[in-house]
Amino acid sequence: MELLELHDVCKTYHLGEMDLQVLKGVTLSVGKGELVALMGASGSGKSTLMNILGCLDHPSSGEYWLDGQEISGASANERARLRNRLIGFVFQSFNLLARTSALDNVSMPLTYGEEYVHEQEMKTRATEMLRKVGLADRMDHQPSQLSGGQQQRVAIARSLINRPRLLLADEPTGNLDSRTSQEILQMLRDLNEAEGLTIILVTHDPNVAQHAKRVIRIRDGLIESGSDRSSQEKQT
Amino acid sequence: MRVYRTFKTAMRALRRNVMRAALTTLGIVIGVAAVIAMMEIGNGSSRAIQHTIATMGAYNLMVFPGNSLLAGISTGTGGSMRLSPGDAEAILTDCPSVTAAAPVVFARAQAVYNNLNWQPGSLYGTTPAFLEVRDWSDMAEGNPFTERDVRNTSKVCVIGKTIEKMLFQGEPAVGKEIRLMNVNFKVVGVLKAKGANMMGADQDDIILAPWTTIKYRVSASSSSASGTVTTTTTTVLPSAVYPPAPASLYSVPSSVQQADTPQPVRFANVNQIVVSARSAGEVQSAIDEITGLLRERHHIRHDMPEDFTIRDMTEMVRTMSSTTELMTTLLLIVAAISLVVGGVGIMNIMLVSVTERTREIGLRMAVGAQPGDILHQFLMEAIVLCLIGGAVGIALGRATSILVRLIKHWPTAVSVGAIVVAVAVSALVGVLFGFYPAWKASRLDPIDALRYE
Repeated sequence: MELLELHDVCKTYHLGEMDLQVLKGVTLSVGKGELVALMGASGSGKSTLMNILGCLDHPSSGEYWLDGQEISGASANERARLRNRLIGFVFQSFNLLARTSALDNVSMPLTYGEEYVHEQEMKTRATEMLRKVGLADRMDHQPSQLSGGQQQRVAIARSLINRPRLLLADEPTGNLDSRTSQEILQMLRDLNEAEGLTIILVTHDPNVAQHAKRVIRIRDGLIESGSDRSSQEKQT
Repeated sequence: MRVYRTFKTAMRALRRNVMRAALTTLGIVIGVAAVIAMMEIGNGSSRAIQHTIATMGAYNLMVFPGNSLLAGISTGTGGSMRLSPGDAEAILTDCPSVTAAAPVVFARAQAVYNNLNWQPGSLYGTTPAFLEVRDWSDMAEGNPFTERDVRNTSKVCVIGKTIEKMLFQGEPAVGKEIRLMNVNFKVVGVLKAKGANMMGADQDDIILAPWTTIKYRVSASSSSASGTVTTTTTTVLPSAVYPPAPASLYSVPSSVQQADTPQPVRFANVNQIVVSARSAGEVQSAIDEITGLLRERHHIRHDMPEDFTIRDMTEMVRTMSSTTELMTTLLLIVAAISLVVGGVGIMNIMLVSVTERTREIGLRMAVGAQPGDILHQFLMEAIVLCLIGGAVGIALGRATSILVRLIKHWPTAVSVGAIVVAVAVSALVGVLFGFYPAWKASRLDPIDALRYE
């Protein structure tokens, strides 16, 4: 069962007179419960692909099926709703709200949910998420009082609060030292294995990519290898 | 529920930078405080000015007897003899727009005290209500004469400051007697100085006495027409009190004798009735009411012209309303300027804030905030800032006006309207000047916003 499927997705940016084609027909699929790494050099179209996968952007042409829905033509508001409901983001630079407690940071996405979540329930759920990432004793700490690894764990808790189908981690260890990186990656693997969460790790670091069960390589706007599960199996 | 959530988010965002929020809202605080303080001080001054103009007689109406035609000769205004003290009483009781009315009898006489004499500019016979009409009830010394003095034709008078100076030259005047047309009047009070009127005439050059006294003892003796005045009060013999009646000295005149030697008629007409309207706005309704009442009392057919004329102080009323208008307009302009400046300050900081928080906006969008949510959040922040600024401003403005009253003894008056307007305007400023930055924030692309350094 595939969670997401891309069919011949192209993305063209219009820079004044010039058209810049970044994605030139990407076809790939990711199944439920997979842990995939998306690799590529800078300028390869990796970020653009990630933005499309994360519903931050829409493709110029092609189809994008996410959780059984074709969403390449979704409006900005619809995409915002999809992001809120289906996708969790973890960023390289954590992107936590400054001067805001870990608890409030984690519960923030619930504010934008379609149905109203009661204040008390928001707190319970955020507490539960923070406990899950091992920060039960840091609930009231602000980002500036937390280490990089702890901050990233808060970010992971935040991405999980809406029980997403897909976790998109964009260089999650880029700002961390190697030991903490291992911890974070281990946590992602645990999440993948224990809860069957589909995770896409976007990285250029082979050491990070090796934690994934499949590696999708992108080059010059085309998938080089690993476009679906079967191709991966052939390689291994 | 959504509004509450947006409000909470906005409060959280503002609390993250309390100092900046406070400085941002300072413009609104000062603006609103200025408005409130100006309004209260202005209101007080405006009320004081209105009171001053009212003292000058802006609300006053004068009813004069009309023209009368005698053998083809027009007498001009004041010729008719149909205006009576009863009219004055009826005006006071029957016209709701009138607060006071007094009949006035004019006379001219030389005032004499010891070896000094003086021709008073005005010698009026009236009732105590005259002082009420002219807003002149404060006495420098003594007391005004009373209604009882009017009924009893008492020989008492109240004099103006000029008279006091000219006749008494510094001596205490109250209790002394001055002579007017060989009638001795006891001075019971001295009026406070009022100065010149708008035409330059000295208003303190005045003697006021009961109208009955002036009418029957002063102007009657001065007019050649009436020699012997018999008043009903003096002719009614208290036969019931002193029975049996003494033998009459003269035989009772027969009807033929009465017709041959007519007794002089005792006229009770007055030269003027002064009326005070309740306020500047009610001057016109007072005129209408008095016209209707007097037409009825004088039995004037609806197709006949009136036998009286009513004049008001149109010029003064106009001055007064234009003064008040000017004051209000001035305050409004100042208020508008300060609030616009405050609003621009808020917009400025909100724009900076949007730029500074680009990444936060990107993040919020990434986790599912729709452009509308972002718009609402920033708009709410601006409105909250403005409302808090408004509240603090009201408190500060009130404090300022109280301080001004305590220290400088200026009159101030609480203006509920100003407070309501200040709150409404500060909310409006929040929406108006908060909208552009909020709209800008909502239009950000989440991808660019997340990558923004």
